[in-house]
Amino acid sequence: MVAVATLATVAGAGCKAKTGAGGPAPEPPGGGATGGPTKVKIVSSLPRTGSANAQTTTMVNGIRLALDEANFKVGDFTIEFEDWDDASAKKGDWDPEVEAANADRAANDKDILFYLGTYNSGAAKISMPVLNKAGLVMISPGNTYPGLTKPGTGEPNEPAVYRPSGRVTYYRVVPADDIQGKVGAQFAKQRGLKSVYVLYDGGLYGQGIANVFANTAEDIGLKVLSPGAEKIDPKAQEYRSLMTKIKALKPDLVYFGGTTQANAGQIAKDMVAVGLTAKLMVPDGCFENAFIEAAGAQNLNGRAFITFGGLPPSELKGKGAEFVKNYRAKFHSEPEGYAVYGYVAGKVALEALAKAGKKDRDAVREAMIGMGQTDGALGTWKFDANGDTSLTAMSVNTVKNAKFEFVALMGGAASQPANEPGKAPPK
Amino acid sequence: MVTLLQQLLIGLTNGMVFALVALGYTMVYGILELINFAHGDLFMLASFLALTLIGAFGLETAGTAGLVLGLLAIVVLSGLFAAGLNWTIDRLVYRPLRNAPKLAPLVSAIGVSFILQNLGLFWGGLPMAVFGGGNSAAAPKSFPNLVSGENLLGPGAALRITAKDLMVVISSLVVMVALYAFVRFTRLGKAMRATAQNPLAARLMGIDVDRVIGATFLVGGGLAGFAAVIYGLYINTINFQIGYQNGLYAFTAAVLGGIGNIPGAVLGGLVIGFVRASSDQFIGAQWQPAVLFGMLILILVFRPQGLLGTNVREKV
Repeated sequence: MVAVATLATVAGAGCKAKTGAGGPAPEPPGGGATGGPTKVKIVSSLPRTGSANAQTTTMVNGIRLALDEANFKVGDFTIEFEDWDDASAKKGDWDPEVEAANADRAANDKDILFYLGTYNSGAAKISMPVLNKAGLVMISPGNTYPGLTKPGTGEPNEPAVYRPSGRVTYYRVVPADDIQGKVGAQFAKQRGLKSVYVLYDGGLYGQGIANVFANTAEDIGLKVLSPGAEKIDPKAQEYRSLMTKIKALKPDLVYFGGTTQANAGQIAKDMVAVGLTAKLMVPDGCFENAFIEAAGAQNLNGRAFITFGGLPPSELKGKGAEFVKNYRAKFHSEPEGYAVYGYVAGKVALEALAKAGKKDRDAVREAMIGMGQTDGALGTWKFDANGDTSLTAMSVNTVKNAKFEFVALMGGAASQPANEPGKAPPK
Repeated sequence: MVTLLQQLLIGLTNGMVFALVALGYTMVYGILELINFAHGDLFMLASFLALTLIGAFGLETAGTAGLVLGLLAIVVLSGLFAAGLNWTIDRLVYRPLRNAPKLAPLVSAIGVSFILQNLGLFWGGLPMAVFGGGNSAAAPKSFPNLVSGENLLGPGAALRITAKDLMVVISSLVVMVALYAFVRFTRLGKAMRATAQNPLAARLMGIDVDRVIGATFLVGGGLAGFAAVIYGLYINTINFQIGYQNGLYAFTAAVLGGIGNIPGAVLGGLVIGFVRASSDQFIGAQWQPAVLFGMLILILVFRPQGLLGTNVREKV
């Protein structure tokens, strides 16, 4: 089987080449600015192959809407947007090799002033140092792993390891998982659930949020039946044996830190298959219709909770509601949860460019410091020194009649002490 | 205790599916000494056909009689499809390499495996409602829950036995017994065993070796097609990579039981099913592959011929 394993790797590399060629136009030799002094490129790097595609399509639509509203112009600058894929068919999910190639390509193309991405925190880990060295501003509409920006929340060398130049070039418009994981545990407690079994998918994002959830659960008196957070094999065919073991422990809740692409759907199916009646809670990586499709609506109805680092489209107010209306009118479809974050990332990029006033990465980086929005689609907020948003509003959603339904607003304005920005989560 | 019994049951059902796929590996190996790496992907394509047919027949909304008839038709069609495809692959790819060094057909098999995987990727992108409208070719496809997953012992019973479990175990047993009888007692089966023992001598005795090999590919493919339907109905999710994953387990099962040995493949499949279940129960989900393949290494160190294999070159 060694032969097969090796060949599979080779095939993965092959796919990378294919995706690269099929995505952005080949970079001119030597890179450098080629578009003249008024052409500015904005690129996005999101998983466009695989089941995350439905979610990322609405994110890219959000970005396009933001650029379209400005007529692809800021002052004298003409904006060009390229939609890059960081996934490969072989993985059916984001692929480290493709993300690395995207980051290199962006770093070397001097026309590019903004890199909007990534969706997956693990992918950000790869591109962040590359883009930071190149002084290129990166705005993520989807990363929620705390260690990417917040000291003391992840590994000891995080986030310094992502900032080799010593300056902050990475910003995210979504609140991080140190808040989301906590909110999930608090919500479970409020619902009167007494015990939980915590699983994660082996990925950076899943591990981060599952650990925060497990730690918070212990702190607030929710019994954690698993040894910390238990890792699963996200490529396994089924989880019946695991679910049978969990069933014998009689938890009220199973928490899975992971994404739809890491087999969350099969977990929901196999819980039902073995007759485990506990509720299932999953984080925002599953807040997409692909999750309902993968799990089968009948396996989720009334028993699943999905936390999300923000408000679902139906709950957005003011400019946010306007965004949803414009989105529907332009694309004739419903935005998914992250669409508005794509939109805001696009807006922020345009505003930063206007503020910088010149086609220069360093000027743009300076302009990003302390940026925010007043009464924007997400309300009023600004970036802190780490590049995090000041927003902390979180929502808990459930599934009814094969659709997500908003249940509760957590954190946010009624911020509890535990949600104070800057406070490290319990280890 | 009940949990343990339940895990045994899960091990049994999973093991049966692995065994069905393993039979295809072991039969081809027995007769050609070729590890047909494309076998798992054949299984995957058959599961895509089954899902396509479920969509085409509208089985999700069919009544009981229609459902049973439809499923039988799908089992037959998937079996025929996989058998035909397997035979065609042998005719086009492996047969011209019959006298080439052993490595040539082996590498070709890996190539065929990639071709089939990409076909599966393409198939999953078809704009059909059962494939989620073809929005994302690589995404897992939900295989409708056509066989009841209700507990037959009553909703409150601690032990859980469902119609699904019974379907897997009983239908697999029937197929395995039929296969054993076929190889043991029919003329063609005898010819297969003779070819496996010594192709040259078999030819001298008037056996049409190429026809026998073709028949082996037909039977092995048919088993993969059957396993694909059972797998879909039992696991309820398919994607273009299940061939690789299940192929790996099935191949391990074949080696564990003694490759080339039919009862060995079944035993190997069951052992793998049980080991996976107990590893999840007692050690932890993340260690499952490590435990499984660690055990394989141990067994091969102390019993290189596998559990039921024999040292001599006597196969099938």
